[in-house]
Amino acid sequence: MGADSTVILDASGVKRALTRIAHEILERNKGVDNLVLVGIRTGGVHLARELVVRVEEIEGVKVPVGEVDITLYRDDIKGHSPHMPVGKTDIPFGIEGKKVVLVDDVLFTGRTIRAAMDGVMDHGRPACIQLAVLIDRGHRELPIRADFVGRNVPTSLRENIAVNFDEAHRPTDVVLEK
Amino acid sequence: MQFKHKDIIGLQDLTKEEIQLLLDTAENMREINDREIKKVPTLRGKTVVNLFFEASTRTRTSFEIAAKRLSADTVNITASSSSVTKGETLSDTARNILAMKPDIIVMRHAVSGSHHYLAQRVSCSVINAGDGAHEHPSQGLLDMLTMRQKFGRLDGLKVAIVGDITHSRVARSNIFGLTRMGSQIFLAGPPTMMPPGIERLGNVTVCKDMREAVEGADVVMMLRIQLERQGKTLLPTLREYSRYYGLNPAVLKLARPGAMVMHPGPINRGVELSSYVADGDQSWILQQVENGVLVRMAMLYHVSGGELATE
Repeated sequence: MGADSTVILDASGVKRALTRIAHEILERNKGVDNLVLVGIRTGGVHLARELVVRVEEIEGVKVPVGEVDITLYRDDIKGHSPHMPVGKTDIPFGIEGKKVVLVDDVLFTGRTIRAAMDGVMDHGRPACIQLAVLIDRGHRELPIRADFVGRNVPTSLRENIAVNFDEAHRPTDVVLEK
Repeated sequence: MQFKHKDIIGLQDLTKEEIQLLLDTAENMREINDREIKKVPTLRGKTVVNLFFEASTRTRTSFEIAAKRLSADTVNITASSSSVTKGETLSDTARNILAMKPDIIVMRHAVSGSHHYLAQRVSCSVINAGDGAHEHPSQGLLDMLTMRQKFGRLDGLKVAIVGDITHSRVARSNIFGLTRMGSQIFLAGPPTMMPPGIERLGNVTVCKDMREAVEGADVVMMLRIQLERQGKTLLPTLREYSRYYGLNPAVLKLARPGAMVMHPGPINRGVELSSYVADGDQSWILQQVENGVLVRMAMLYHVSGGELATE
């Protein structure tokens, strides 16, 4: 790690944040009825699976988890960004009438979330969509906000936030890079 | 990995990594075709012109569905309804279409190399949907995707291709593509339909007898006898052809147990393929058609990005 990096959350910090988010999701939705989690590839998918484990510890129920790839829903195919390989969207359950909690690692401009919501809605009409993120770093370009936030981190546009995972896809830490 | 080509003229021009990228993208798009809403907004606002100077139902429909699944607008122009019948040159047709600002032209043409000619003259992307006896890259890709679907790999597969190799652009695209991916290709067909020197195109062995090619094969790919392209001299009778180069259960037994039977369609039943084999449980012909939409979506998607990456 370089001198220009600061650890915002270590492994236990991430764990505590996820446990709190799991409780908040259950409180807001009054339990696990009709609740499904959808992670945004790839960091969000790992976090969604962590949340499923915690929800099971609290309620004793394993809620369904899916993953959504937003590449085909991006609004910048002709833009500056490098051409991204298409990943797999896998939502192995009906979304109709479900309470969907979208999960992502970092909330930034909001464009990813917009694309993910379009992707989810192409699979059916959910009762509602909520958003859980580990880090909210600000700089929104769309009117989007998170329902559940691990940590608010004010950043400058030059900085970068990395949520790191180990080989088993468990979150290890969150680093602010300058 | 970035796809840097403006056009896809043939698999000969693509590296192993680029073919891999197209196949991976196609595989990840499979899920879209199983949705209730079979559409993603990726190519919204793009115009795809299907310019077909040769008869085609399957390929044109497949490209059209692929474009529509990605939300592109499609226009179909077929030779019988176009100004070609009024004597317009390819260059003039292209210039006129270009004036209407398409983003991608998907073309089929009877003359080998016409896509190369066109691609140099237009700023939009050109995708080859078959040029003469040269290449049919989307067919080669869908064949490879289907093989990979069953075996999980292409490396080391033994693929027999049987029939009229001379007139077959499907065979050439498969030879270029499969060689890149590390498969072995065994060709068989009547000597009048086997171009001399074909083995120089890739990892190819020419067999004298169909049985020799099929023996131990993982994939048996039968080509259509293109009755519309034949002078009578190449082929004494269809009955004789069917006897020596048709795939029936007895010949198929020589292949690996569970070998795949493939055919680019449309089938001449009872000529190159007996109905028993065509409809049997080793036939992957309909999966090929299904996979055709996927690879064409991947091609349209990647030329759209590739074109812009060069800006």
